[in-house]
Amino acid sequence: MAAELHVELVAADRSVWSGEATLVVARTTSGDIGVMPGHQPLLGVLESGPVTIRTSSADGSGTVVAAVHGGFISFADDKLSLLAEIAELADEIDVQRAERALERAKSDADAGAERRAEVRLRAVAVR
Amino acid sequence: MGAQLRVYKRRIRSVTATKKITKAMEMIAASRIVKAQRKVAASTPYATELTRAVTAVATGSNTKHPLTTEADQPTRAAVLLVTSDRGLAGGYSSNAIKAADRLTERLRGEGKEVDTYIVGRKGVSYYGFRERKVAESWTGFTDSPSYEHAKMVAEPLIEAVQQDTSEGGVDELHIVFTEFVSMLTQTPVDRRMLPLSLEEAALQGGAKGGEVMPLFDFEPSAEDVLDALLPRYVESRIYNALLQAAASEHAARRRAMKSATDNAGELINTLSRLANAARQAEITQEISEIVGGASALADATAGSEK
Repeated sequence: MAAELHVELVAADRSVWSGEATLVVARTTSGDIGVMPGHQPLLGVLESGPVTIRTSSADGSGTVVAAVHGGFISFADDKLSLLAEIAELADEIDVQRAERALERAKSDADAGAERRAEVRLRAVAVR
Repeated sequence: MGAQLRVYKRRIRSVTATKKITKAMEMIAASRIVKAQRKVAASTPYATELTRAVTAVATGSNTKHPLTTEADQPTRAAVLLVTSDRGLAGGYSSNAIKAADRLTERLRGEGKEVDTYIVGRKGVSYYGFRERKVAESWTGFTDSPSYEHAKMVAEPLIEAVQQDTSEGGVDELHIVFTEFVSMLTQTPVDRRMLPLSLEEAALQGGAKGGEVMPLFDFEPSAEDVLDALLPRYVESRIYNALLQAAASEHAARRRAMKSATDNAGELINTLSRLANAARQAEITQEISEIVGGASALADATAGSEK
């Protein structure tokens, strides 16, 4: 069995996902980073973007994708935590709502909301 | 019906109506405590992880950051006071205000100027009535605060800390809120948020004293990570404080309303006894009037027959 790392994905007001994984790919301010078990202890600042978690569930390997808006990645002792003010699993995202939000944000010229909506849609696309 | 009896009946009716209201408020507050407690629990993982990360950076690097280093001569401090928007919660708000007053007094004693920031209408009106200066205040969300609210509150505070003291910034950041110990106990506490004291941060995160932090690789750099981390840390601490304060507020209101309901019940009992006595007195009086009248009549007829 491949080595595993324990992932905790937590948003400010709830714990979004937690479980075992073999690979986590996230985007930090200095580029994408992939973390596998045994990685050097790491603490990084995340960009808004999709985070891909390759899980090692019993029924083969699945993939969990989440849209993360800002936050941190910290890894030590094969425990990885992803902290974000807002985090959503791709499965939870309502595509139509995100698209509507994107359009609304574009017409309102709300850069922050536009970026959030885009990240959501990108996360869904990766799934 | 006699006048006395009517008055008692009317009072019983009004107290009964009040009792219904306080009973309803008690039950609403009781159901909200559970919700608020659940929110506190839901926010705990984030706060714990964040505290761990902050501790890791602060111990794992020699970075000097304005938010972690103590000023040699702190001259200005900010105090954030969390009160409630609505009353009818017993001593909840006034206890928090008193704790803030004590803290302010102590800080002034140490020769620091104090800027006060207030959450909740009760605190605002207390300070407004006494014409004390308030740097900034927020109202309207104390019974169910969200993370956005915490961000909103944290923003000017972080700005103030990052500013130079000579330009109106502050050296220290304190928060006064009511800690939710249990359903029955809520205590107002004051905590120093910044500059960060590592022992306390570790304590908050539940880390064991002997735990050695691994040497972290920082991405992009320790300074940048700390820069990004500390505002989030302050936000999360404020969020946690707001949530605990909300839970405490509901608990305090529940208790206040419970005793109001009990008192109303007692009052109704006393009043119905008095009403019964008044009715009894009325009946007795009527009987004695009838008897008196009858005997007077009998005496009169007895006299005329002679």
